[in-house]
Amino acid sequence: MLAFLTSIGYESWVLPTLLALPVAAALVIVLHGSASKGEGTGGLDDAAAMFPRRITLFTFLLEFVVSIGLWWVVAPGETGFRAVVDLPWIRTWGIRFALGVDGISAMLVLLTTFIMPLVVLGGWTSVRTKLHAYHALMLILTSGMLGVFMARDLFLFYVMWEVMLVPMYFIIGIWGGARRLYAALKFFIFTMVGSLLMLVAILYLGIKAGDPATGIPNFAFDQIFAAAAQTPQGGINLSWFGIFLPGSTLLFLAFFSAFAVKVPMFPFHTWLPDAHVEAPTAGSVILASIMLKLGTYGFIRLAIPLFPTAAMSPGMRTGIIILAVIGVIYGSLVAMVQPDFKKLVAYSSVAHLGMVMLGLFALTRESVQGAMMVMIGHGLSTGALFLLIGMIYERKHSREIAAYGGIAKVVPVFATLLTIVALSSIGLPGTNGFVSEFLVMVGSFKTYPYMTTISALGVILAAAYLLWALQRIIYNPLDKRDNEHLTDLNWREIGLLVPVLFAILWLGLYPKPVLARMEGATTSFVRRVEAGASQRAASLPRGAR
Amino acid sequence: MLLQEATRLSHPLSGSIAEWVWLIPLLPFIGFLINGWLSITSAAHVGPKDPSAAGHDAAGHADDHGHDSGGGAHGDDHHAVVRHRYAGIVSVVGPAVLLLSFGLAVAIFMAMLGVSREAPFVRTLFSWIPAGDLHVDAALQVDPLSMVMTLVVTGVGTLIHLFSVGYMQDDPGYPRYFAYLNLFVSFMLVLVLGASYPVLFVGWEGVGLCSYLLIGFWFTDKANADAGKKAFIVNRIGDFGFLIAMFLMFANFGVLDFVGVSAAAPGAGFNSALVTTICLFLFLGCAGKSAQIPLYVWLPDAMAGPTPVSALIHAATMVTAGVYLIARSAFLFSLAPVAQLTVAFVGGLTALFAATIGLKQWDIKKVLAYSTVSQLGYMFVGVGVGAYTAGIFHLVTHAFFKALLFLGSGSVIFAMHRAYHATHNHDDAQDMRNMGGLRRYMPVTFILMWIATLAIAGIPVFAGFFSKDEILGAVFARTHESTLSEVSWLGIPGGSLLYLIYAMGLAAALLTAIYMTRMMLYTFHGPNRSGEKEQSHLAEAPWIMTGPLVVLGVLSLFGGWLNLPALLPLGPVGALEHWLEPVVGSATNAVTRGPHEPAHSTELALIGAAVAIAALGIIIALVRLKPDRLVPKAQAPEEQGFERVLLHKYYVDELYDRVIVRPTVWISRNVLATGVDEGIIDKLLVTWVGAGIPRLFGWFGSRLQSGQVGTYAWVLLIGVIAVLGAFTFR
Repeated sequence: MLAFLTSIGYESWVLPTLLALPVAAALVIVLHGSASKGEGTGGLDDAAAMFPRRITLFTFLLEFVVSIGLWWVVAPGETGFRAVVDLPWIRTWGIRFALGVDGISAMLVLLTTFIMPLVVLGGWTSVRTKLHAYHALMLILTSGMLGVFMARDLFLFYVMWEVMLVPMYFIIGIWGGARRLYAALKFFIFTMVGSLLMLVAILYLGIKAGDPATGIPNFAFDQIFAAAAQTPQGGINLSWFGIFLPGSTLLFLAFFSAFAVKVPMFPFHTWLPDAHVEAPTAGSVILASIMLKLGTYGFIRLAIPLFPTAAMSPGMRTGIIILAVIGVIYGSLVAMVQPDFKKLVAYSSVAHLGMVMLGLFALTRESVQGAMMVMIGHGLSTGALFLLIGMIYERKHSREIAAYGGIAKVVPVFATLLTIVALSSIGLPGTNGFVSEFLVMVGSFKTYPYMTTISALGVILAAAYLLWALQRIIYNPLDKRDNEHLTDLNWREIGLLVPVLFAILWLGLYPKPVLARMEGATTSFVRRVEAGASQRAASLPRGAR
Repeated sequence: MLLQEATRLSHPLSGSIAEWVWLIPLLPFIGFLINGWLSITSAAHVGPKDPSAAGHDAAGHADDHGHDSGGGAHGDDHHAVVRHRYAGIVSVVGPAVLLLSFGLAVAIFMAMLGVSREAPFVRTLFSWIPAGDLHVDAALQVDPLSMVMTLVVTGVGTLIHLFSVGYMQDDPGYPRYFAYLNLFVSFMLVLVLGASYPVLFVGWEGVGLCSYLLIGFWFTDKANADAGKKAFIVNRIGDFGFLIAMFLMFANFGVLDFVGVSAAAPGAGFNSALVTTICLFLFLGCAGKSAQIPLYVWLPDAMAGPTPVSALIHAATMVTAGVYLIARSAFLFSLAPVAQLTVAFVGGLTALFAATIGLKQWDIKKVLAYSTVSQLGYMFVGVGVGAYTAGIFHLVTHAFFKALLFLGSGSVIFAMHRAYHATHNHDDAQDMRNMGGLRRYMPVTFILMWIATLAIAGIPVFAGFFSKDEILGAVFARTHESTLSEVSWLGIPGGSLLYLIYAMGLAAALLTAIYMTRMMLYTFHGPNRSGEKEQSHLAEAPWIMTGPLVVLGVLSLFGGWLNLPALLPLGPVGALEHWLEPVVGSATNAVTRGPHEPAHSTELALIGAAVAIAALGIIIALVRLKPDRLVPKAQAPEEQGFERVLLHKYYVDELYDRVIVRPTVWISRNVLATGVDEGIIDKLLVTWVGAGIPRLFGWFGSRLQSGQVGTYAWVLLIGVIAVLGAFTFR
C-alpha cells in the first residue's frame, strides 16, 4: 500500500487536498444556491434541496477515501511528522502554509473524515431550510477543523481555529432550537475570549522566534518551540499575594484559556450544554465528536510541550488535575439529574473530557495513550448518541426524557443501537470506552493515585446516569399513547450507525493498530515534557533569583 | 515474549485439544449472534425514508408491534398463545452451542488428566491493549481451576438452557431471551478462562451486562427495569474496587496477568499494606458481584428476571464469580491475613444475616435468593480462611442443588401460572401462601426439590453436607497454628474471630435448615390454597423441563463424591483437592503452615455438631410450622413486630435510598445543577464577565434571523478563499 501511495506522490498533496476539497464544494453549493431561487419543501422530493445534500455527502466520502492513506503513511513506530507541506504564505509576517501529521493528528484527521459523512447523513431529512447555506457552512467548518489538526505553523493554526468558530456559530444560531441565539452567542463569546488571549501569546512567541535583524516574525512550530524553550526573563510579580508568575506561566495560561474553554474544563463548561441542546443534530455531533477534541489537541500539541515547566509545575499540574477530576465527578452528577437527554449527554462529555485532561497531565505513556483513545472513542460513542437523539427527535420533536418510556417495544432497532452506544459510553469492556478509560486510569494511578481513585468513581456514576436515562426512554411501560406510533429507524439511519458500531467494537476488541500508530507521537510527547520539566525546573531557581 | 512462547511450546498441553480453548466462549457467542439476529429481524419494522414527513402513513404499524411485548410465563396478559416464528431454530441453536462448548470442555479435561498440570497452559490469541509498559494479551488460561469452572458453567448452563426451552416457550421475546442467555455464558466463560485480570474483567462486566438485560427482560414492568438497573449500578460499585486493585497491581508489579502477578506478589511482602489493600479492593469487587454485605441488595431484586435466569446467573454461575476471583488470587490473599479475615468475617456475617431474612419471605424465589446470598457467604468463609478448595467445592455443589431448587421453583411457578392463566386468575403465582399440597400434582418436582433441600441443609451423603462441613472444619482448624490466628483484626485476635465465624456458620446452618424446610412445607405439603378451579389445571411440567431437574437431582445426591473426606472413604478421597493442588495448594499451605491432618476425633465431633444442627433445624421447622393453618396471600393478615422487620429485609433498601441515593440526586439537582452551574458559574461568567461583550456582538445575533443567510455564507466563503488563497498569488 505504501508503495502505491508513494507512486502517486500521496504525501505531497493529501493534506492540501483535504483542506481544499470542502472549500471547493462549498463554492459550488453557494453558486448553485444563488442560481436556484425557488423555495422548495426541502424534502427528499425537492430536487434543488437534494443538490447540496448530495454534493456534500459526496465530498465527505471523497475526503474519507483520500484521508485513508494516512493510515499507512503514519505507520506504527513513526514518531515524526509525515505528509509535510511547507510553503511561504504571507512573507512579510513570516507566516507559512505548513502542514503535517504525526500519529496523534493523523488519528484525529481520520476521526474527522470518518464522522463527517455520517453527520451529513444524520441530518439528511431533519434540516429542511436554507440547505445550501447549511451545507456550505458545514464544509467550511470541516476545512477549519482539519486545518487545526494539520497545521505546523502557529499562525495558520490560529487562522484555522477561528475559521471553524464562525460556521458553528451560524449552524447553532440559524438551524438551532428555541433558545438558539442565546446558545450561539454564549458559545461564541466563551470561545472568542479564550482565543483572543491565545492570539496575544501567539504573536509574542512569533516575534520572539523571528529574525531580530529583519524584524520578520516566525511562526513555524519548530522555531516557536525553540523560542519557548528559552526561559523568558520577565514576569508579573504579584508581591501582594507573594506570587511570582514567570513569563512562561503567563504564556501557558494564555493558551490554557483558549483550550480549556474548548475542552471544556470545569468551570468553563457552561457554554457546552446550551450549545448542544440548541444546536441541530449535525452541530451537536460535530461539537462532541471533533470540536471538543480540538481543545485537548491544543494541550497535547502546544500548551503542554511549549511550556513544560509551567504546565508541569507542581501547583499548576495539581490544580489542573483537580479541575479535571472535578469535571469527571461533577459532570456525571449533573448529567444524572438532567431532564433533557441532549443536556445529559452534554454533561457526560464534560466528564469524559475530564478523563482526557487527567490522562494528559498525569503524564505517563499509558495515560496519554489512554487520553488519545478517549478522544477518539468519545468522538464515536457520544457522536453516535447525538445522532440517535437526533433521529428520535425528528420523529417526536422532544428531547425530554420524560416524553418517552417503553419505546423499545415500538422501535426495537433504535433501542438496540441506543443500548449498545450507551454501553460503550459507560465503558463496558469490549467497547472502546473501556480500553480508553482503563488506560487513562491505570496510567494516571502511577503519578496521581488518589486523584485517579476519585475519578474512578465516575465509572459508577456513568452507569447510573446513562442506565437511568435508558430505562426512562426505552424501558418501563409504554404509557404515552402517541409513542405507540413512533416509526423505527430507516435504512439510511441504520446504515450510518453501523460503521460507528463497528468502530466502537473494533477499538474495544483490537485497539492495537491505533495504539501502535500513536505510540511514537505520544511517547515523544511524554519524553519531551518530562525532559523539559525536569531540566528547566533545575535551572529555574537560578533564573528566578 | 520469546520466553513466554518457549514456555508455552514446552507445556504438555501444547498442540493438544487445549489449543482450541478459545472455541469454548466463542461458540455461545455465535449462538448469541444467530439468536440476536433472529430476534431483531423478527421484531423490526424499518422506518420510512423521511421520518420528518412521516407520522400519518405510519400510524397503521403500531398494531403489528403489539404482540412483541413483555409477558410470557410471568406476565399477566391474556394474549392467545402463539409460539415465536423462529422458536424452532432458536430452540436448537441456543442449547446446542452450549452442549458443544461442554463437549469441548470435557475433551480438554480428559487431555489434562494424563499430563502434568503444574503450570497453567496459556493460550495467547492476540495482543489486546499494548500501551507504554502495559501489555495485556487476549489470552485464555487452561488450568485445573479454570476447567472446574468451565465444566460447571457449560454443564449446568446446558441443563438450564434446555429447561428454558420449555419454560419460555410461549414468550414473545423467545429469541431475545436465548440471545441474552448465550451471551451471558460466553462472557462467563471469558471470566473463568481469562489469563489476566483485565481479561477476567471483560467477562466480569459482560456477565453483569447480561444480568442487567435478563433481569429487565420483561422491561415494560417498571419494577423489572428498576431491578436490572439496580443490579448493574451496585455491581459497578464493586467493579470500582476491582479497577483500583488492578491499578495498584500495575503500579507496583508492572503486570496484570495471573502468572506475572503471582510471581511478583511475594516481593511486596507478607502482611504488607500493599497486598492487604489490593486484596481488600478485590474483595469489594467480589462483594458486588457475589452479593455480600453491604452490596447484596441487588440480588433479591434480581429475581424479577425469568426463573431459569435466576438459576443460571443468580445462583449457579455469575454470583459465584467473586469466590472464583479470590481462589484465582489465592497467591495474593494468602499474603494478606487481615484481608482474609475480612473476607471470612463478611462472608460469615452475610451467611447469617441473609438466612434470617430468608426465614420470613413468602415469595418462593425470594427465599431462594436470600438462601443464595447466605450460601455465597459460606463460600467466602471458605476462601477467606484459605480453604480455597473447600470454597470452590461448595461453589460446585451449590451450583447443582441451587440450580435444582430454582428450576424446581420454576416448574412450580410454571404450573401455578398455567393454572391461573387457564382460570383468568390474577393472584401471585410465586407466593407460597397461594400454593400448598403441590406434591400431589407435581410428584417428580417434589422429590427432586427435597433432595436439593436436604443437600443445602447439610444432611449426610447429600452434596452440600460434604462441602459445608469442609468449610466449617477449615475455619475451626485455622483457629490455631495458622497465619490467620496470629494476626489481629480491628483489635480482635484472629483466633477468636475465627471462633466467632465458626459460630456464625453453625447458626446460619441451623437457619438454612429451618427456612428450606419451611419453603418445602408451605409449597408441597398441607392443603392446596391455589383455589378450587385452579387445582384441575395444576400439573407437572413437560419433560424438557423435568429432564434437566432429574440430572441436577443426581448431581445433588452424588456431588459430594468430588471431594470426599478421609473419614468417609466412600470413593476416592479428596479428588477435587488433589485436582486443584497445582493452583491453590501452596497458597493453602502458606496459611496452615504446611499440610495438617486434623485429629479424627475433632473432625468427628465437628461433623457430628454440623449434622445435629441441620437435623435440629429441620425438626424445628417440621414441629413448629403448620402449613394447614396458612391462608392465601389475599386473606393473610399483616405481619407484626420483628417478623415485619424481617419481611421488609431490615429496611436496608430504604436506608440506602434515604442515605445514599436520594441525597446524591438531591445535591446534584439542587446544589450542583441549579446552584453551581446555573447559579454561580453562569451568573459570574456570563452576566459579569461577559456583560459588555454581548453588546459588542449583539448586532451579529440580531441579524441572524433576518433571512440574509445566503449573504453570510457568501461573505464567509469569500473570506476563507481570500485568506487561504493569498499565498498562491504572492
